[in-house]
Amino acid sequence: MARYKLDITKEHCPMTFVKTKVELAKLKQGDLLEVILQAGEPLENVPKSVIEQGDKILETNLIKDNIYTIFIEKN
Amino acid sequence: MNLNEEQIERYSRHILLSDVGLEGQEKIIKSSVLIIGAGGLGAPVAFYLAAAGVGTIGIIDGDVVDRTNLQRQILHFTPDIGKAKVISAKEKIEQLNPEIRVNAYQDLVSASNIRDYISEYDFIIDGTDNFPTKFLINDACVLEKKPFSHGGILRFSGQTMTYTPGNTCYRCVFNSPPLPNAVPSCSQAGVLGAIAGMLGTIQAAEALKYLTGVGDLLTNKLYYFDALKNDYRTINLNKSDNCAVCGTRPTITELQDIELPACDLH
Repeated sequence: MARYKLDITKEHCPMTFVKTKVELAKLKQGDLLEVILQAGEPLENVPKSVIEQGDKILETNLIKDNIYTIFIEKN
Repeated sequence: MNLNEEQIERYSRHILLSDVGLEGQEKIIKSSVLIIGAGGLGAPVAFYLAAAGVGTIGIIDGDVVDRTNLQRQILHFTPDIGKAKVISAKEKIEQLNPEIRVNAYQDLVSASNIRDYISEYDFIIDGTDNFPTKFLINDACVLEKKPFSHGGILRFSGQTMTYTPGNTCYRCVFNSPPLPNAVPSCSQAGVLGAIAGMLGTIQAAEALKYLTGVGDLLTNKLYYFDALKNDYRTINLNKSDNCAVCGTRPTITELQDIELPACDLH
């Protein structure tokens, strides 16, 4: 199991999920991807799309003002 | 292959589609399509295939841009009048997407050259304006085992079908070119410009679906629409055992040119 990290705080919808999807495509099943993203639209929509394509959200944490980190396990 | 940052942005709306995704986009980039005719149908097809990132696009047409083309042939602009259509088309689609390779052939397809042209490509688009060439494209694609999209427009209506090897071909359905007096003459036939776009974009979508392997193609089906009455229908077709080119005892095993007057409608 490998761990990867992606910062999409500067992206806007839908590039937030596009970048996440592209990164996830490079991973193997069971690998973890930590995605740093903004509160609001990205935090609402990126996890939804991740779940829709069959991957798993393990954790969501607030790391500083309006910035969250989510941990995705690739299916 | 790995898409670079610019490609990820350019093709982001394809990447988002679960049926296309990165994998499908990579297939599109590696593929090649030959568009026969750079007119009413060929122009929108070339536009969307270039935008989609089809890696190699071949365009074949012997004509130059004429003022009468501009009402529907959306790759050609007023300053292009007099320029070879394939050059005009190449210039536009290379601006749209500089990543793709465009092969411009200022030539007419004939029995002697068509098999060489199509053999280089993954998918063929019929964007021609006359029946003899439509039958020539069909027969060549059957003999070369190449998939192609047939398209035809007239007045307010259009029709299209997709051939893939082993399925119903254009000749299974239409048998042979109609006699010249059975079809509207050049002076009787007009076409609403937007009809060319409606039909051409269906052909472009069929090509992209074939290249990515997504969805159901218009194989063994004829899609027909009459925009005047907003009548859209899909007609099921059957492969014919008696077809002269793909039947059980084919009589067409080599290509021959048929001379019939063309109508400049495409």
